[in-house]
Amino acid sequence: MTTVASFNIDYLQYLTPNGELVGDKKPRIATDFEKLKSIYELMVLTRTFDSKAVALQRTGKLGTYASCLGHEAVHIGIGSAMAESDVFAPMYREYGAQFYRGVKMSEVLNYWGGDERGSNFSGPQHDFPWCVPIATQCTHAAGAAMAMKLRGEKRAAVSVVGDGGSSKGDFLEAINAASAFTLPMVLMIVNNQWAISVPRKKQSAGRTLAQKGLAGGLPSLQVDGNDYIAVYTAVRAALKRAYEGKGATVIEAITYRLSDHTTADDASRYRPDDEVENARQFEPIKRMRKYLMSNKQWNEQLENQLLETSKKEVEEAVDEYLSSGNPGVASMFDYMFADMPHTLEAQKQYALDLEEKSNG
Amino acid sequence: MAKVTLVEAVTMAMDHELGHDKDVVIMGEDVGINGGVFRATKGLAQKYGEDRVIDTPLAEAMIAGMAVGMATQGMKPIAEAQFMGFIYPMVEHIVCHAARMRNRTRGRLTCPLVIRAPYGGGIHAPEHHSESTEALFAHIPGLRVVIPSSPTRAYGLLLAAIRSPDPVIFLEPKRIYHWSKEEVENDGEEYPLDMCYVIREGEDVTLVTWGAMMKETLEAADKLAEQGISAEVIDVATISPLDMDTIAESVAKTGRCVIVQEAARHCSLSSEIAANLADQGLYDLQAPVKRVTGYDVIMPLFKMEKKYMPTTERILQAVNQVLEVS
Repeated sequence: MTTVASFNIDYLQYLTPNGELVGDKKPRIATDFEKLKSIYELMVLTRTFDSKAVALQRTGKLGTYASCLGHEAVHIGIGSAMAESDVFAPMYREYGAQFYRGVKMSEVLNYWGGDERGSNFSGPQHDFPWCVPIATQCTHAAGAAMAMKLRGEKRAAVSVVGDGGSSKGDFLEAINAASAFTLPMVLMIVNNQWAISVPRKKQSAGRTLAQKGLAGGLPSLQVDGNDYIAVYTAVRAALKRAYEGKGATVIEAITYRLSDHTTADDASRYRPDDEVENARQFEPIKRMRKYLMSNKQWNEQLENQLLETSKKEVEEAVDEYLSSGNPGVASMFDYMFADMPHTLEAQKQYALDLEEKSNG
Repeated sequence: MAKVTLVEAVTMAMDHELGHDKDVVIMGEDVGINGGVFRATKGLAQKYGEDRVIDTPLAEAMIAGMAVGMATQGMKPIAEAQFMGFIYPMVEHIVCHAARMRNRTRGRLTCPLVIRAPYGGGIHAPEHHSESTEALFAHIPGLRVVIPSSPTRAYGLLLAAIRSPDPVIFLEPKRIYHWSKEEVENDGEEYPLDMCYVIREGEDVTLVTWGAMMKETLEAADKLAEQGISAEVIDVATISPLDMDTIAESVAKTGRCVIVQEAARHCSLSSEIAANLADQGLYDLQAPVKRVTGYDVIMPLFKMEKKYMPTTERILQAVNQVLEVS
């Protein structure tokens, strides 16, 4: 017997949980402190937003909400590595990436507040909206990447799935498409260890999830998903490869879902408390702060200022969301087709008449 | 002007749009050098290259998902499901994304794609190659569902489908792919979607149908004419959104209606048309609406498929029933 192919999966980490910089070849971003400070500020803003959103749900001012607690490094790592012209195909909790790309906090709240206007968000207009049917965004990203390739553009598409999503056909079919067509794309797996109540080990007996990319012959690696520098560096390199026409990359970012799956979930039913407590020591914001502080780039005063300004910014977004009103009965009909069929026109008129009567 | 079959008219329409709009691409299994299993894309890969007429990996969900992705980025993909029996892995993308994209982003992103699929029975095909499940798609808000029944309408309606800014499911009745030839000018002239076509005028009874059952319906109309009964024949053509006005207008004139479909009866397009006639046209009706349909059974394998499919005789029988009522 002879070996016809062999593979390996690398793991990339630059910042240890203690905030120490490790690794032989340090990327430039590791000492670009102005950039890192602004990233840290966005991480804190995102977490402030997240805890406010959960509070809004608990007080009946928001619908079910999917928290991003603990994912700040990986999400902002993805968002900040991408160019504006790239296309982002998120799942439904990558707010940090989206904030970096210009989506407004009030728009995220609008979406979870039951209002389609939330998905008509700011930022690059070609980005995909949130995608609740798991992993279908991966083939959409492959299609966007195909469009870029056919048009000869130097752009790429980035999709995100979770550890659960990596079990789905669309993820695997997107890997295969990226492979068969040499597509300019990056397939991120944000492995936060839990798909609602099902742990990572029940998704696959494979040692890594990244290795699913190897089946398509794609470069595939793991990164420490709580290490912003590692995520940014890996995504940046994968994008560069895509821009150069060399095809797609699969990146599995290892992180941990510190929150419930959504506000409709209670993780204490299936997840041991000590596991969550243990995971807290690896969380991304703490280590970034330690790194900045040990390099004299951050201090308590700046931290307090940041917490205050973040809180204020979030409050403004909440005000905007709470005053956004009702999208109106006509809006249910108006965006169904480019030209409304007359049958629908009649239903719209009926609904408007009902509305007028109930208001009158 | 060339005389072409329905499937050749489908090819002509795609050829025309590939030649006139660089955003149009075809994608699917065997659509490239092989020209499709029914030859619907014959010669197109050779003419436009493999970047415009794209053979994909064998993965229907991927084809539909990529088509959604490409369409949101401004391309106009024509994706082929090789047979309607293989469209089901695509359904998640069609229902959860293509149909919703414009609405859920308030028009920020749109999904101008076409999914073509040969459908229907009667060609002695293997299992899963003969069903008529068009009503599944007609039920989904946000889709246009189009079924041609002649070469002329296949050409004009497919042009309109490709140019439509909305997602279109374009179902091709493969039993009549080669049934008749018509002179079709490749002039880029589209036919309007969202309307039914009165293809034969008559006074005594309205026959409503679509797709391959047009063959038996026209045969029935011919036989009725021999008996001095004048049947008006309507091709529904776009089954969703449904142009009830044309149907109701015809029934107001004839007072009698028979709906003919190959699909199973329960919760089908014929149910919708009959319900609308009860609502809009009850007082115009001089007899109950009759439906000639497939049975509510699994489409049988080909030894028995002729026993499943509605026949000219069954249509005539239904017409006689509605004419007997006075």
